[in-house]
Amino acid sequence: MIKRWVLVTIALFSAGAATADEEGGIALSKAGTDISNTESLQRGARNFMNYCSGCHSLKYLRYNRLAADLKIPESELAADLMFTSDKAFDTINSSMPKDSEAWFGKSPPDLSLMARERGVDYLYSYLKGFYVDKTRPWGVNNLYLPSAAMPDVLAELHGLQKPVFKNEQDERGNARMVLVGADAMTPGSMKPEEYDQFVRDTVNFLDYAGEPVKNKRQSMGVFVTLFLLVFFAFAYLLKKEYWKDVH
Amino acid sequence: MPAAPESANSSHGGGLIGWIDQRFPLTSLWKEHVAEYYAPKNFNFWYYFGSLALLILVNQLVTGIFLTMNYKPSSTEAFSSIEYIMRDVDWGWLIRYMHSTGASAFFIVIYLHMFRALLYGSHRRPRELVWIFGCLIFLLLMAEGFMGYVLPWGNMSYWGAQVIVSLFGSLPYVGGFLVEWIRGDYYIADATLNRFFALHVAALPLALIFLVVAHIMALHEVGSNNPDGIDIKKHKDAQGHPLDGVPFHPYYTVKDTMGVAGFLLLFCGVIFFAPTFGGLFLESPNFGPANALQTPPHIAPVWYFTPFYAMLRAVPSFAGTQVWGVMVMGASIVVLFFVPWLDRSPVKSIRYRGPMYKIMLTIFVLSFISLGVCGLKPPSGIYPTVAKVCTVLYFAFFLLMPWYTKLDSVKPVPERVTGHD
Repeated sequence: MIKRWVLVTIALFSAGAATADEEGGIALSKAGTDISNTESLQRGARNFMNYCSGCHSLKYLRYNRLAADLKIPESELAADLMFTSDKAFDTINSSMPKDSEAWFGKSPPDLSLMARERGVDYLYSYLKGFYVDKTRPWGVNNLYLPSAAMPDVLAELHGLQKPVFKNEQDERGNARMVLVGADAMTPGSMKPEEYDQFVRDTVNFLDYAGEPVKNKRQSMGVFVTLFLLVFFAFAYLLKKEYWKDVH
Repeated sequence: MPAAPESANSSHGGGLIGWIDQRFPLTSLWKEHVAEYYAPKNFNFWYYFGSLALLILVNQLVTGIFLTMNYKPSSTEAFSSIEYIMRDVDWGWLIRYMHSTGASAFFIVIYLHMFRALLYGSHRRPRELVWIFGCLIFLLLMAEGFMGYVLPWGNMSYWGAQVIVSLFGSLPYVGGFLVEWIRGDYYIADATLNRFFALHVAALPLALIFLVVAHIMALHEVGSNNPDGIDIKKHKDAQGHPLDGVPFHPYYTVKDTMGVAGFLLLFCGVIFFAPTFGGLFLESPNFGPANALQTPPHIAPVWYFTPFYAMLRAVPSFAGTQVWGVMVMGASIVVLFFVPWLDRSPVKSIRYRGPMYKIMLTIFVLSFISLGVCGLKPPSGIYPTVAKVCTVLYFAFFLLMPWYTKLDSVKPVPERVTGHD
């Protein structure tokens, strides 16, 4: 009978869940992140502080929370990760002045919840999606965010990419060029696999920053489920005991 | 010999309970509604959802109270205060996920509870008022869910509120005034958030509790229906108890405890492993703060409103106004209230109805689910057509009911209930 209950609920939702997210454009790459990998998160925190925190804040994440969750000693925290604040209980703010909008056309957004809003695959693809475009103010554009306001600050690591176009016909039969991807143009200081890992760690850290309790939540969930299974068994036996007289 | 003093109270026991019983009908209420409320012994799977709805109501009230302690109903602070709850308040994340998952669970349980009524004719005479109170609860729950969804002040909250509130603007003459009156401003703003908060945490929960009490009192006045749709009070034993009934306590308290355990397994599964449920329970654009200048790529209401949203979009504008869609959406709820009188079948339960009702009910359920899917999708491709067809089928189920339930063949209904799980 419980099986039927589960089936009904699953059936009700599979209809909807399958439809959740669908977007056009170039397919995203899989980020392959794992928030239970503390070393990856530590490297991601280092990457974020060195390359992102100049412009982007994590205004809902505190330094000491980060240190505790990522198992970073407070001494190392202050020496290696805290560039803009001297209090460990502060949230991670950037040094961007108020008029940054005039510099970029858009203030660099806070990244606390970006992984929850856009998904890790999007962030991973975005950081690998810059290509040379002379028409843009910073000389680069992005495959996944056309007319991106952000310069390619990681170009020294991965080198420059050139856009790849495909010739297509539109519905009226006119030839047109469609952007389908990007190819390496100049080498960077990192090998492609190294850069992939760099981006994966950074995105993994942003996923952690989006919901710092995620790891704990999932491991608690296992115990909650085990408890409820035992509770269900006892509730079932109790029901059976009471109902054995009812015919 | 003088008469025994206070003979009127001789039925009361001693001790603390006796002391209370002389002043408040504690024992008699307990007996009337729990220990000596005789419910049919043949309740099946579908009868868990009433007690589960009550459990979720309590969950929403309790977690809601704790959320209120840290939430700030202001357009500049609301979004940050949610993140404060998620990160800095002890167990705040759990309380928030219990509340947000509870909202979706509430609608799942209520939809199944209403479907049960359609299966076994629980809305039929003499339970019309039970059904009507239930429909009012459903209506208020939709308002409660909508206003609650606005409170986190994410971008989907904002644009969802924008779309839903502007629906009232399509009403002739009063529309513009009404929209302004609801928003309290010329756009969705701080004033809107404040009043939605007041309604969400005070007015609507009070009304909901009142209606739930009325729903249960009306039910206990006439007694519960059952999967056979027959009256168990026709056959009573020497003490006047229904032969096919069992006291709610302990029989259904232990059985519902089992139901609660099963429900909590699924509920906690979502809370701990998939609180956003793939973007259905918590939509991803809502992790960005409200932004009046940036529309989300695709505005869709939360899943539990999408069947009705799909009906709204399915109706084309006519004579220069969109009001027809709004009227169809309103009618899709209003028509529910008339079901007890639309159903003309001589039997209540689907077990003794003929094929017509079974076919119509199946079509209804499939079209309701399809409408839900259409409402989630952008209105392109096959979805607008599917939504139009399903809107017609949704209304056909109700508006043709007087004919197909009367014409339908029926099987003989037994005198006594046919067994239990």
